[in-house]
Amino acid sequence: MAAGQKAKAKPKPRKQKFSMALMWKQRYLLLMSLPFLVWLIIFKYVPLWGWTMAFQEVKPATFALPVFEREFVGFDNFIKAFNDRLFMQTMINTVGISIIGLILGTLSSILFAVLLNELIFTRFKKITQTVSYLPHFVSWVIIASIAKNFFNDGGVIDTIFGTNLKLMSTNSTKIWFVIVLIDIWKEVGWNAIIYLSAIAGIDQGLYEAAKVDGANRFQRIWHVTLPGIRPTIIVLLIMSIGSALNVGMERQMLLSVPAVQEHTMVLSWFSYERGIGRNDYGLGTAIGMFQSLVGVVLLLIANKFASLVGEDKLI
Amino acid sequence: MAGKKNQVMKKQKIEVFDIFLLIFFAFVLIVTLYPFLNVLAISLNDAIDTVRDVNFIIPRKFTIKNYIYVFEENNIIQPFGISVARTLIGTVFSLFCTSMLAYVLSREDFYFNKIFTVLFVLTMYVSGGLIPEYLLIKRTLNLGNNFLVYIIPGIIWVYNVILMRSYIQGLPMALQEAAMIDGANDLRIWAKIIVPLCKPVNATVALFYAVGQWNSFMDTYLYAQKLPTLQYKLYMIMQQATQKVDPHSVQATVGSTVTPLAVRMAVTIIATVPILIVYPFLQKYFVGGMTLGAVKS
Repeated sequence: MAAGQKAKAKPKPRKQKFSMALMWKQRYLLLMSLPFLVWLIIFKYVPLWGWTMAFQEVKPATFALPVFEREFVGFDNFIKAFNDRLFMQTMINTVGISIIGLILGTLSSILFAVLLNELIFTRFKKITQTVSYLPHFVSWVIIASIAKNFFNDGGVIDTIFGTNLKLMSTNSTKIWFVIVLIDIWKEVGWNAIIYLSAIAGIDQGLYEAAKVDGANRFQRIWHVTLPGIRPTIIVLLIMSIGSALNVGMERQMLLSVPAVQEHTMVLSWFSYERGIGRNDYGLGTAIGMFQSLVGVVLLLIANKFASLVGEDKLI
Repeated sequence: MAGKKNQVMKKQKIEVFDIFLLIFFAFVLIVTLYPFLNVLAISLNDAIDTVRDVNFIIPRKFTIKNYIYVFEENNIIQPFGISVARTLIGTVFSLFCTSMLAYVLSREDFYFNKIFTVLFVLTMYVSGGLIPEYLLIKRTLNLGNNFLVYIIPGIIWVYNVILMRSYIQGLPMALQEAAMIDGANDLRIWAKIIVPLCKPVNATVALFYAVGQWNSFMDTYLYAQKLPTLQYKLYMIMQQATQKVDPHSVQATVGSTVTPLAVRMAVTIIATVPILIVYPFLQKYFVGGMTLGAVKS
């Protein structure tokens, strides 16, 4: 924000008229940006144009044809997707994992930040925070390898508790919780950073005043800290609502075994499975497009909601 | 412990709640670190001994046989080399491009500034999705199993460009103006003035790219299975292990006393170590970058 404001404080350059002289004057700037514009168009905007495939019958053999020579099928791909045997289950999985992750993830990060803030042993506090980021930087493949070590039959958890929980191989919604738990273990320290910096921004005078009024520690947390980070919580919650359907395929794929796939399959993965796995490019694109569009709608709704509850609009 | 308590005592009285917090976070520390130590211990433990049970953090029968096996029999050199190469080359190219683009977009007097910025930022919110991207890279551009697929498609992360742009906009304008009066062109100003001034943000962004490159798995899985990275290799080892009925079964290789589990753990450690090496820097620059990014509007 600081940098942005400083930039705005500078006198605004007056509106320039397009002219060849101006282009010549700024030729280096053009030279320095045009290659990236080309890159952007190829790798970001051409795939957007690929959405046309959602309305066509596209198979490996017909992909090479020019767009307008492929067979247009209207909304057939979407209807095919919605009628797919796996579609309903995939939607339930996506929304389920997303909501559980959102609720438990947010609560644990807030709890982590608030409690860490109360820790008075400064040295220990620093060490804890440093260590808590570590799993964030480790890849999902490594996390999956470690997790299997823990949750597999005869793994560490079973050894410690003498149980046979089959946590990663039971084909039920139990796997949702296992995945969310692993995700929280990986990200809680990292996600708490933003809450910690919000807490650091709370006026210390409020704590002093609360103390004078005889508030004990829990009352101070409840009446000062939590209201202090309320805007941050709301903004982050709303932002994550927009990506509610974007459960990453990488994590899901790596943490599941074929036996539990019925409950780990999410939209992005489903799109890949139907599109590339079964070579029905049109169908795969339609599923991906559905996911993106719902995401945009959710974001707009959340944004509207944000202004209703008195927060700034995000976009 | 007692000494530390006294130190703190000067400022504040220790309540029961403080002790509770101490215990709670000690538990958090253990939960965070135990899995890593466990993996390390298994990778350094005799594989046959590990079959007994897997719950330990100090090797019971110390050996480096698992690592020797991984390097000699498991063909880990090639994936390791590819991982290192993509991390080094990818980071250098990405940083170069990001810095250049960020500078151009920081120049508000540039005629196309607004429209370019909008075009770039828009892609953070809307993307074509997996299938069109896959078809573009694999079929249209024919980049499958080509090393370039690790570098080109992800060469710029718009988020990093925005991060760097706001840093450049925060720099004093006077230096640039002085250089302009001296007749330096924009390319020179960028190379001689902006780049040296951007050291902290360069470090942050370079680390973002480096960690992204090292940890990247999906691009190998989707496009370049013949150019396996370390992450992909580890994935393959995991797949083999799940196919076996008993994950602890002793490898059939004659004279070998290595299990799939031990191999997997050794490779896991090899893939984690580089992250641990840069971790002190990650700590310093990432957290700064994170809060910087959070306040961008």
